[in-house]
Amino acid sequence: MAFIELTNVVKNYEKGSEVVHVLQDLNLSLHEGDFLALMGPSGSGKSTLLNLIGGIDQPTAGSVVVDGANLDNMSGSQLAKWRSATIGFVFQFYNLLPFLTAERNVELPLLLTNLRGSQRKENALTALRTVSLEDRAKHKPGELSGGQQQRVAIARAIVADPKVLVCDEPTGDLDRQSAQEILALLETLNEQFGKTIIMVTHDPLAAEHAKTVLHLDKGVLVESEQAEVSA
Amino acid sequence: MLKQIFKISLMNLRNLPSRFGISSVVVVGIGGVVGVLVAILAMASGFESALASGASSDRVILLRDGSTDEMASSISQEEVALIGTLPGVAALSPELYTVVDVPKMDTGTYANLIARGVGTGAFDVRPEVEIVEGRNFVPGRTEIIAGVKAASEFRGLDVGSEVSLRDSTWQVVGHFEAGGSAYESEIWLDFPAALSAFRRNSATSLRIRLDSPTSFDELSQAIANDPRLQVQVISEPSFIEGQSATLRQVIKSFGYAVAVIMAIGALFAALNTMYTAVSTRTIEIATLRAIGFSSVPIVISVMIEAVILAVLGGVLGALFSYLFFNGFTVATLNPAAFSQVAFDFNVSTEIVYLGMTWAIVIGFFGGLLPAISAAYIPITAALRGE
Repeated sequence: MAFIELTNVVKNYEKGSEVVHVLQDLNLSLHEGDFLALMGPSGSGKSTLLNLIGGIDQPTAGSVVVDGANLDNMSGSQLAKWRSATIGFVFQFYNLLPFLTAERNVELPLLLTNLRGSQRKENALTALRTVSLEDRAKHKPGELSGGQQQRVAIARAIVADPKVLVCDEPTGDLDRQSAQEILALLETLNEQFGKTIIMVTHDPLAAEHAKTVLHLDKGVLVESEQAEVSA
Repeated sequence: MLKQIFKISLMNLRNLPSRFGISSVVVVGIGGVVGVLVAILAMASGFESALASGASSDRVILLRDGSTDEMASSISQEEVALIGTLPGVAALSPELYTVVDVPKMDTGTYANLIARGVGTGAFDVRPEVEIVEGRNFVPGRTEIIAGVKAASEFRGLDVGSEVSLRDSTWQVVGHFEAGGSAYESEIWLDFPAALSAFRRNSATSLRIRLDSPTSFDELSQAIANDPRLQVQVISEPSFIEGQSATLRQVIKSFGYAVAVIMAIGALFAALNTMYTAVSTRTIEIATLRAIGFSSVPIVISVMIEAVILAVLGGVLGALFSYLFFNGFTVATLNPAAFSQVAFDFNVSTEIVYLGMTWAIVIGFFGGLLPAISAAYIPITAALRGE
């Protein structure tokens, strides 16, 4: 079985009395170590697909299996526990806690582990070093540039050493220079650290950094490059 | 689970200063409710303790059979003499309880003041009564002594001044304290002189100090067995309890009514504020949940924060009431005695506990719904800030 396997996935939302069909009978297989860029127009279902793989949403029908775990059978607390061990999230607007220093933000996922405080701190600094921001450990998000904040968010995503990074428009709020730095960093995490990365992006230049690019339109995968995909 | 609760709560509390504005609205709102509640209950408590502090289990009051208060009672001097011979009586004071009009210190308007004619045994019956300024009256003279609270609440009661009561003029020769009891709101004069001045020929009550509290039954029995005596024996604590019951109930009911109305208002204010406080953190909470924190620890941590803010508000309110009201003296009409009684606000430990309990209840329910709402909204919606 593939590392990430989505089978006949349907996702509908109810909007008042209307049912919105977001994903329709979608199938997708990814291997461990893949770097997938998901592209498509707004409302095509990219983020929904990302959320299903990240375990913060569940399908209306079909199954989502990530690293051997069938997510559609899990309860909310089981999913939370699974996410803490398996997934690292990178958001478009960083989602850092504004009152915490970079180091404390990065340490957050480790609060769910049994690590001692000193070990958590050491791991957080290691993650910050990985994103070249160790010297900004004591700075709060408001004291950092957008690119630096996103690097802190990436450090937070990798600090617990998850196998999968899900990135929702990670460069969408950044200038070109900062975006290139973030994309280079994601490439490094994919190639050197073996992280499986699924990235939603509108930016074709960003997508060029991925090993695989998929296009979604109206909830259907319409194009595939490199990856083993069927829709 | 406990570890998550502890860690999230600690993180939230450490960062309260960064949410100072919104947090202080919760604190001040709840503080206001607790402050008012504590002040009103302190008033009821002060009134109660002013009346109750004069009560002693070894003292009894004798009234005419069927009378419920001193105003409507009459005990003849023959009965007084007979009772003085009964067993268990250590000291005795026949008393004439009457009400005179004296101008109030603050407004100058006339108000009722209790003038109590007391026998020579009055100070033996009430050993806590102490002359603190001037001297005691001399029996047979038109002299009075004034309780310290009466002297501060009414005009013309300074030592050395003269005051007109009914048709005669009396000289104020001293001030007395009575352990903070309601006697301090009275003026005292010689019993025979009072009978003469107020044209009466019998006492309204008889105060007795027993040789021991256990003599109560013995004295009651002796009085019941003597057909010449048409009086009832009431222990002083029971008498005072009955005298203060009406006003105490009014003040307490009023206090609770005001507090309940304010608490409901504060609950909605707290709800609104907590919703606002939590809604500004929707994305933050959703991020924590995405990372892997469970909903229950998040609910509990928001609740802990709300309750801690409420406790801070409670402490603030109670402290405000204590600093501004504890010991504050006011006077009111005691409907049972139809006279003014002065008392101090008493912010007791029990009242502070009660105020704190209200604060915690408001904080708990004020935080519960926003916490549940924040923790159970779908993560995907919360991440979009919905």
